Amino acid sequence: MTMRYVQEFRDGAAAQVLAHRIERASSRPVNLMEVCGTHTVSIFRHGVRGLLPPPVNLLSGPGCPVCVTTNADIDKAIALAGQNGVTLATFGDMMKVPGSYQSLQQAKADGADVRVVYSARDSVRLARDNSQRSLIFFAVGFETTAPTIAAALLEAEQLGLTNFYIFSVHKLVPPAMIALLESREVRIDGFICPGHVSVVIGSQPYEPIARRYGVPCVISGFEPLDVLQGIEMLLRQIGEGRSEVEIQYSRGVRPEGNPLARELMYRVFEERDADWRGLGCIPGSGLKLRPQYRAFDAEEAFAVKPPPTKEHRGCLCGDVLRGVITPPQCPLFAKACTPEKPIGPCMVSSEGTCAGWYQYGSSS
Amino acid sequence: MAKINKILLAHGSGGRLSHDLVAKEFLPPWQNPILDQLNDSAVFSLSSDSSGPRLAFTTDSYVVKPLFFRGGDIGRLAVCGTVNDLAMVGAKPLYLSASFVIEEGLPLSTMRAVVRSMRKAAAEAGVQIVTGDTKVVEGGAADELFVNTAGIGLVPTGVAIGGDRAQVGDAIILSGSIGDHGIAVLSRREGLEFEAAVESDVAPLNGLVAAMLAASPNVRVLRDPTRGGLATSLNEIASQSKVAIQIDERKIPLKDSVWAACEMLGFDPLYVANEGKLVAVVASEDAERLLAVMRATPYGRESAIIGEVMAEPTGKVLMKTAIGGTRIVHMLVGEMLPRIC
Amino acid sequence: MCLAIPARVIEVNEGVGLVELAGVVREVSFMLLPNVRVGDYVLLHAGYALQRVDEADAEETIRLLAEIAEAGRNQA
Repeated sequence: MTMRYVQEFRDGAAAQVLAHRIERASSRPVNLMEVCGTHTVSIFRHGVRGLLPPPVNLLSGPGCPVCVTTNADIDKAIALAGQNGVTLATFGDMMKVPGSYQSLQQAKADGADVRVVYSARDSVRLARDNSQRSLIFFAVGFETTAPTIAAALLEAEQLGLTNFYIFSVHKLVPPAMIALLESREVRIDGFICPGHVSVVIGSQPYEPIARRYGVPCVISGFEPLDVLQGIEMLLRQIGEGRSEVEIQYSRGVRPEGNPLARELMYRVFEERDADWRGLGCIPGSGLKLRPQYRAFDAEEAFAVKPPPTKEHRGCLCGDVLRGVITPPQCPLFAKACTPEKPIGPCMVSSEGTCAGWYQYGSSS
Repeated sequence: MAKINKILLAHGSGGRLSHDLVAKEFLPPWQNPILDQLNDSAVFSLSSDSSGPRLAFTTDSYVVKPLFFRGGDIGRLAVCGTVNDLAMVGAKPLYLSASFVIEEGLPLSTMRAVVRSMRKAAAEAGVQIVTGDTKVVEGGAADELFVNTAGIGLVPTGVAIGGDRAQVGDAIILSGSIGDHGIAVLSRREGLEFEAAVESDVAPLNGLVAAMLAASPNVRVLRDPTRGGLATSLNEIASQSKVAIQIDERKIPLKDSVWAACEMLGFDPLYVANEGKLVAVVASEDAERLLAVMRATPYGRESAIIGEVMAEPTGKVLMKTAIGGTRIVHMLVGEMLPRIC
Repeated sequence: MCLAIPARVIEVNEGVGLVELAGVVREVSFMLLPNVRVGDYVLLHAGYALQRVDEADAEETIRLLAEIAEAGRNQA
C-alpha cells in the first residue's frame, strides 16, 4: 500500500516492540485517559488494547463531540430541521444519535429535510444553490472542526448569502480535561491528548494541566504506532516523575499550532458556557457566534420550541464519558443497548466508547 | 428511545436492520422451507422426490444512484447482480426477466443506454432476457429509473452450496479487492464529489464459479458481498453455519485508491459494497488448487486466501489486524455514513 | 476527534485547490493554510487543509520506528 505517512505508522513489527517497551516501563497500575474519540476508535480498530500489559489501563474520555452533545441540543436541531423551508445540513456522525425522542435520521424519515455533508463548504454550496430555502448547518466538533466552520461562514459572507445559518454546539477540549481533573472522580495519571485538535491549538493549552495538576500530557497521532509511542512517552514521564506536555505527533503538531486557524475561529466565534452530556455545564467550554455575525445565527433567526428534554433512563453514558466506568460495567451494555437499538449516543456514535467496546471488543 | 415503526433508509442497506426486517416482517407470513434457505437464490426441485434437476430462482431490485458510474451502470448491475445470485448457489444462470419503473421525463437516450448495457452484460454472462414489464410513474415518484430483474438457473446434480455448510478447518477465499463498487458509486454522488481512480467491479461471476465447481467438489459456501460488504457476508455465514470465522487484515486485497477514499470519508472497506466479487468457503485441502483456478479467470485474478473457519466463538467473525492485534468484525448496522470524527 | 489524513497538494488556485492521495483526487480549501505549495503534504479534515505535514520530521519518525522494528526482529 502506498499511502504515505499513514502506512508506515501501522507496521506490525514496530508495534510489537513498542508494546514490549511499554510492558517494561509499566511497574505499577496507571490510568491513562485517551481524551479523543478518534483515539478510542483507532485503539479498538487496530487491536491496540490487546497489546498493552495489564498495569496500563486505558480510560476513554469525553472527546467524542457527538457523544457530548446534549439531548436538548439534538432536539433543537431536529426542531430547526422540521420547519418549513429549512434544510438542515449535518456531518454524517450526528445522523443516528438519539435526542430525547428521535434521531435526525428518524426525523428525516418523518419528512424533515436533513442532508449529510462531508464538509462545511458543501453546506455553503447548498445554500448558494437553493436560495429559496434556509440552510442551517448543525455545527458540531471541537477545535479541529470549528475553524473550518468559521472559514465556511466567512465564505458565505463573502458570497453575500442571506439564507445561510449556523447552529453551533462546538466545544473546546482543554476546559473539559480540567473539569475532569477538578471533579477528582477518577485518578488520571496521564492524558493522551488529541492529535488533530492540537494541530490547531498547539501544545500551550495543556501546560496548566501538566504544571498545576501534575498530570503528564502527550499529544499523539492516531495511527497505532503513534498511540503506542504516545503511551510509551507517558509511561516514561510517569516513571521519571515528570509532568510535561510532549508532542509525539510532531509531523502534524507545532507547539504554536495553526495560528491562522485559531484567528479565524475566534474572529467568528467567542467562548461561552456549554452543557456537556455527562459533565454538566463547563464554563467557557463552548463556542457561539459573535454579535457581528448574528445574522448567521440560527438560534437568533429561528424561534423554535422543542418538546421537553428527556434523558434516557438507565443510560450511563455520562459515567462512561468521565471515565468512571467502562461500557461493560453499564447494565444496559450489549443487552438493552446495542448499536441496532442504542439507548445513548456512546453506543450510536461511530467513535462512541460503548460502540467501540461493542464493535471492536476483543474476543476474550 | 423511539421504537421503529417506519421504514428507514437503513432498512435497505443490507446490514442488521435489513436482516431484522426480513426475519420479522417477511418470513413469518410467507413461511415455507424454501424461503427459509435464506441463500442468495431459492433452490428447489420440480419433482416431489427432489431427485431430478433443481432450479434456482432469485430476484433483485436496483435503485442505484447515479444511474451511470465509472465501470458500470444500473443496467449492467441489474443483470450481473441477478446472475451472481444464481451463481452463488452453484446454478448455471439461464433466463432473466427485466422490469422497469420509469419516472416520467426520463430521456429516451438514457433508457436506451441502460438497455444496451443490459444486452452486453447478458451476452457476457450467457443469459437471455425473456420477459419483462414497464411502468411509468409521475415525476418524483421514482428516482429516474428503478430496475428489477428475476433470474432462473439450473443447479447441477450433486451441487450443494449454502450458507450453512461451512465446516471447521475450511479455508476462506476472496476473489479480489473489496470496496471498489461502493466507492465508485459514492464518488459520483452529490456532496461526496471527488475523482477517485476507482471503477465499479460489477461483473458476472458465473464463469468463475463454473471453473471453481469443475475443480473441486468441496466448495461449501459462496456469497457475493454486496450491500453490507464483506463483513456482513462473513457474519451471515458464521451465523448460518454456527461457526467462527477468522480473517487476516493483511491478506485482504484492497486497492490503494479505495483505501484512500475510505480513509478520507471515514468508511471501513469491510462494509463497502462489491458487485463483482465472491467469497468462498472451501475444504482446506482444495484451497490452493481452487486459488490457482480462480486466478486464471478474468474476474478472479487477485484471489486470495484470507482466513479460515474455526469452532469458536460461534457466530462471530474475528480479524487479525495489521499490527497483530485482534478485533471483532460485526455486521453493518444501519447505513454507512461519512464521518469527520 | 477527528479524522484527518495526509494528502499531497497537486494544485493551488486562490485559496482552493486539489490534493491527491493514492490516486484519489479531492478539492480542498486552503483558507486555513494560505502559503501552501504544490508538492506539500497537508492534513486534510472535512474538506480543509489544516496544517502542512513536516516531512523531515515524519521521515525521521519513520526511520526511528523502522529501527525499532529491526531491533525487535534481531532480538527474536
